[in-house]
Amino acid sequence: MAAGAQRTMRSVEFRREREATWRELESLIAEADRRGLRRLSAEQLARLPHLYRATLSSLSVARSISLDRALTEYLENLVGRAYFVVYGTRQALRRQLAAFFAWRLPAAIRRAKWHLLVAFVVTMAGAVAAFQLTSSDMDYYYAFVGDMAQGRTPASSTAQLRDGLYDGGDQAGVLALFAAKLFSHNSRVAILVFSLGFIAGLPTLMLLFYNGLVLGGFAALYHARGLGVDLWGWVLPHGVTELLAVLLCGAAGFQLAHGLVFPGARTHLDSLRERGREASTIVVGAVLMLLVAGLIEGIFRQVVTSVPVRYTVASATAAWWIFYFGFVGRRREREAA
Amino acid sequence: MKPGLATASAARMRELVTPEGIPVRFELAAAGERAGAFLLDSLFQGFLIAGAMIALWIATRYSSHTQAELLLILLFLVPNLYFSLFELRWQGGTPGKRLLGIRVIDARGGQLENGAVLARNLVRELEVWVPLRFLVGGKIVWPGAPGWALLVAGAWTFVFLLMPLFNRDRLRVGDLVAGTRVVVQPKTALVPDLVDEHAAAPDKRAAYAFTEQQLGVYGIYELQVLEGLLRRPAGTPGYLEAVAAVTEKIQAKIGYESRIDDAERFLHDFYAALRRHLEQRLLFGQRREDKHAK
Repeated sequence: MAAGAQRTMRSVEFRREREATWRELESLIAEADRRGLRRLSAEQLARLPHLYRATLSSLSVARSISLDRALTEYLENLVGRAYFVVYGTRQALRRQLAAFFAWRLPAAIRRAKWHLLVAFVVTMAGAVAAFQLTSSDMDYYYAFVGDMAQGRTPASSTAQLRDGLYDGGDQAGVLALFAAKLFSHNSRVAILVFSLGFIAGLPTLMLLFYNGLVLGGFAALYHARGLGVDLWGWVLPHGVTELLAVLLCGAAGFQLAHGLVFPGARTHLDSLRERGREASTIVVGAVLMLLVAGLIEGIFRQVVTSVPVRYTVASATAAWWIFYFGFVGRRREREAA
Repeated sequence: MKPGLATASAARMRELVTPEGIPVRFELAAAGERAGAFLLDSLFQGFLIAGAMIALWIATRYSSHTQAELLLILLFLVPNLYFSLFELRWQGGTPGKRLLGIRVIDARGGQLENGAVLARNLVRELEVWVPLRFLVGGKIVWPGAPGWALLVAGAWTFVFLLMPLFNRDRLRVGDLVAGTRVVVQPKTALVPDLVDEHAAAPDKRAAYAFTEQQLGVYGIYELQVLEGLLRRPAGTPGYLEAVAAVTEKIQAKIGYESRIDDAERFLHDFYAALRRHLEQRLLFGQRREDKHAK
């Protein structure tokens, strides 16, 4: 029986029918990879999911009826490449950004409120402990504040300390440098606090406590010299935002730890994954807050010296954050749930 | 492909189920590829920062104070934003990854979410920068610690840096937290169907025919090995010898009595007939994996 007289093989026929589709998908993906998904025309974008599903079904069929290994490999690779394009990140960044600020961020923070409370308690514990110890014995100051003192120690006179709170500083350059340094330093610490949550949250606890110690020691020195009101006038305008940001990162770190240690009904990995995404939303928000705090600090602190204005700014920022985290986006959060 | 490479690749294949319900296999990126991509990306980041500094300095001759500020801001922004922005815009790719042909995907086969991209990159602070800072000078990270503690802490942070080597799926801490994987971007090359091509060729010489019994000797594995041989370009060294050797072997195994003038033609005809035979059996749900199977 000559080969030519036989009916064409199913797999050959199948390929002849479908090959054009695969070629089209291949060229579409190549273009999307080369120029970016956005540059595709509307018709191309509309064709893409159709071609993708057609190729997927071809892969299924090929696996069951064709023994041509090269063909099956080709289809697997093609589907893999198409998968990247079809299931890569969504493109509408602008809309995503708007949604982020409008409700995703506040909602994520509200969901982490107990973690936030824990972070707050730990920091306060450190601050109170350091305050008491330093007030009773000023030598503790060096142990707690150490390198962060920047020249303001118990050895300085009260006049020097007061000047430090109100000094105009040199030129604008120094301000901006300070703000920039603080932004990158604090943001680094914030991100570190978050990522350390991965290790079951213990380093996060320690870092927050340590942060509290520094605050407490510092406060004790100024209070002992009767400069309490001035100190808080100096710290609070930016400090409210900054401290809140660090607490948020601590909360995010605890979210990670929570997911790792108490996965509930899910596997550890799944739980970590869900919480990780939540938590990173919070960290992004916290880093932005640190930027704001850095700007306020750099611009306001050395320039605005009147105590009532400083306190007003501090209260305003506190009120704003309470409003933003507590109330913004509640309706959309309910709708999305 | 050398046998060693083939098995290493095979060991890295992972299957995931797309949202449509079809299992698709991907090859995980090797640790070396990921490290290479990261180094390339770091290099590009360095260029970006240097370029930005130079451009700004040329455009407006700032004082050294402002330069230091800008440098600090850039040193913070670029490492933290580079990866996230690229992975968001390029569907899980960065310039370094693209050069090495690897990409980020969601581990469970769904959409790669923006939150996942952010999460996996934020944790890099812990994985990379902390260990590196320990390397450079432990006192920066942990002021006032005794020497031995610095050593221990440094070694411990290295666990995070080398995490991809310690698990089968080559996961970074960032991948664990975000639920992503890094895989090799597959290459697509459609080669002609052997049977189709062969049938289209003008029939100059007599075709070889086989009985049912002769076709029942081999299974799918042997068919695909034969396919691999036949797909080799005609000019490669050793091709003709391989063809002759395989023809002889098959002839002996299936008991083909008639004379064979054209070994290559024989193999093509045998391939076509065997494939037709085996595919027919597939339709009845009988899958003969190899010559030893029943």
